[in-house]
Amino acid sequence: MKKSIKNALVITAALGLTAQALAANKIEIFSWWAGDEGPALAALIKLYEQKYPTVKVDNATVTGGAGTNAKAVLKTRMLGGDPPDSFQAHAGQELTGTWVVADRMEDLSSLYKSEGWASKFPKAVIDLISYKGGIYSVPVDVHRSNVMWYVPANLKKWGVSVPKTWAEMLTTCNTLKAKGVAAPLVMGENWTQQMVWESIATAMLGPQGWNNLWNGKLKFTDPKVVDTFTMYGKVLDCANKDASGLSWQQATDRVLSGQSAFNIMGDWAAGYMTTTKKLKPGTGFAWSPSPGTSGTFIMLADSFGLPKGAKDRTEVLNWLKVLGSKEGQDAFNPLKGSIAARTDSNLSKYGAYSRSAAKDWKSNTIVGSMVHGAAAPESFTSGFGSINDAFVSSHDAKAAAQASQDLATQARIGM
Amino acid sequence: MKRFSTDRLWSIAVLTPSVILLAVFVYGFIFRTAYTSLTDWGNDPAQAFSLTPIIRFIGLQNYHDLFTSSLNSRFRQDLVSTLFFTVFFIAGCLILGLGMALLLDRNPKAEGLWRTIFLFPMSLSFIVTGTIWRWMLQPQGGLNQLFHLDPATNGWLTSRESIWSFDWNKIPLITAVVVGLALLWVAWRAVRDGQRTRTWVAAGCAALLLLWALVIGPNVKLLPSPELHGFNIAFIGIIIAAVWQMSGYTMALYLAGLRGIPEELREASRVDGANEWNTYRHVIFPLLAPITLSAMIILGHISLKIFDLVFAMTGPDNGPTDVPALLMYITSFRQNALAVGAAIGTVLLLLVAVIIIPYLASQFRTQEGHA
Repeated sequence: MKKSIKNALVITAALGLTAQALAANKIEIFSWWAGDEGPALAALIKLYEQKYPTVKVDNATVTGGAGTNAKAVLKTRMLGGDPPDSFQAHAGQELTGTWVVADRMEDLSSLYKSEGWASKFPKAVIDLISYKGGIYSVPVDVHRSNVMWYVPANLKKWGVSVPKTWAEMLTTCNTLKAKGVAAPLVMGENWTQQMVWESIATAMLGPQGWNNLWNGKLKFTDPKVVDTFTMYGKVLDCANKDASGLSWQQATDRVLSGQSAFNIMGDWAAGYMTTTKKLKPGTGFAWSPSPGTSGTFIMLADSFGLPKGAKDRTEVLNWLKVLGSKEGQDAFNPLKGSIAARTDSNLSKYGAYSRSAAKDWKSNTIVGSMVHGAAAPESFTSGFGSINDAFVSSHDAKAAAQASQDLATQARIGM
Repeated sequence: MKRFSTDRLWSIAVLTPSVILLAVFVYGFIFRTAYTSLTDWGNDPAQAFSLTPIIRFIGLQNYHDLFTSSLNSRFRQDLVSTLFFTVFFIAGCLILGLGMALLLDRNPKAEGLWRTIFLFPMSLSFIVTGTIWRWMLQPQGGLNQLFHLDPATNGWLTSRESIWSFDWNKIPLITAVVVGLALLWVAWRAVRDGQRTRTWVAAGCAALLLLWALVIGPNVKLLPSPELHGFNIAFIGIIIAAVWQMSGYTMALYLAGLRGIPEELREASRVDGANEWNTYRHVIFPLLAPITLSAMIILGHISLKIFDLVFAMTGPDNGPTDVPALLMYITSFRQNALAVGAAIGTVLLLLVAVIIIPYLASQFRTQEGHA
């Protein structure tokens, strides 16, 4: 009897040891990719597991749109000294302004050198994820925020063409209103409204002026920036009054049903219309750059980095190598509905919209999106939501510009 | 030897873990949050999530900013919204709950079934309630479709209108007038009761406050420019959902109270010639007063700290329906301003304390009186 207990103990101990030995080869990947985006992440993980079969991947997904919940969980984990091995963060200020300035990330410059990535990713993207000479993350996908969606047949029916500038948009808007379209432009909740302001500001200030806002060379109180708010106010008059109650999908639906003519939304809308709504790109729906931003690509990108103190450093470096490889990016992006951050991706794997976006990605001027954490730090983006909300009620361009400047000073933009 | 009886040891042993847990996870964290709110943690992004952050003590600066800085007008609107929400939520629950209890008290057919139906919403979580009502109150949603209302003019949750607006700059003035009038009332009561000193102190303070309000008050400015805050129409939708959820609870309380009133009292009032309405007014409602108070306390603190219902119904970024608890979450975890978030949390705690502490004090007093 005693012997059997002893045996059991030995066996348990042995099992514990093997479990530990196995556990040494694991990696925890923290992201907010669930639901529609889950299969894309699964494809990446599958590729990684094929290359490194001994490593156990722990897919630590926290659901919630645009990472609202995941970011809060991540922050409490980091504060508690328990960083995930590798976590998702929007490339740009959301990464550098939160985690890199806090000295929480490892410099990946040597990885970029050994993999020869410096020539594979556009320079504007590498600049976004660099801070004081170091490169801090690997971008896996790219989305565009300044795309205007419409239904060609509807425009033909109303007898209007796609406006090329915001002034033209206002004229088109009046024409459409005369034809009984109450809200020619449809908007959704707060962040989608901010995307419209972002498009207007980029169009009116130009890419350089837009960048100057974020390096402090252009003040928000400058008359040119006040004008962007004035224009935004006029555009809001073309839009639906119930915007705050609509998700971006519901806003897209109104364009498809013909209640509204235009919608400005990131290119995940293409995925929604082709996959969920089964529409044909080019006929069922069509797109153009938002007015005045032809030749400019407002980008946002998801990226992964290596936090300091990660328990499985080697595995993370291997994971990042897979992420940055052509193979990895082409496995992930066609499923996610985004395009590869690398400029040498295999375009035959992508849909019609993505191919056109990939073409623009290589030729356009690239600037970062404020709404999606590329251009401005989180403290600014979050506060700008309140400023937008006050502006939608008051239409006071001067006050909004002044508040934005106060917020920029508080967020230490350009310092 | 009696002091260390086994019973006593057992009770101490059983209670100790919860006392320790409470001390650490409630009072310790309250203290920690209050302390954090007095620092500048997160005001500099480089320090917010640093492994070894440099956190400086800055006193009440965060509170000062919340109430007076031009960037924090959202917080002030949230405070105003919370007060309006609390008033309408409590009033709605009490009236509806009392109404349902009175109906059930008349012993209708299938009373148990009705009780279950009325009480059922309370068994749902606020997230579920919020999601259901979000569908119903959407511009193209259930209610507008059901009653053939024009979605363009019936934005239950999307309205940007605000009524009963007042200027935040006048808050010191309004406060002084209200407190002054309250003191005048105290003085008048004291005169009636013949308490001399009390009369003089109260009347003197009231006079001082009202004089201040007349002479200096109008010139006190918290902000450089006027700032209007009022009751946002979009809150009506949220109030409907919240009342729907919690009125069953007040019904249960009132029903228990009504059933606890002995039949002799009602008979006695009938014998005295009171009709149905007078019985309710002079006999039953006064007896229900303590229940009303308990219900107000419970509902009051729920409404002050409400988060999940609003999050589910209008999301975290909708200014017209924002509440302080949501703002605290966004400030801490999105804006990374941890100290400011802690300050908002502390303000909320103080608001709840204003409701709960007098109630607890009166409870303890009556218990001692009985003992």
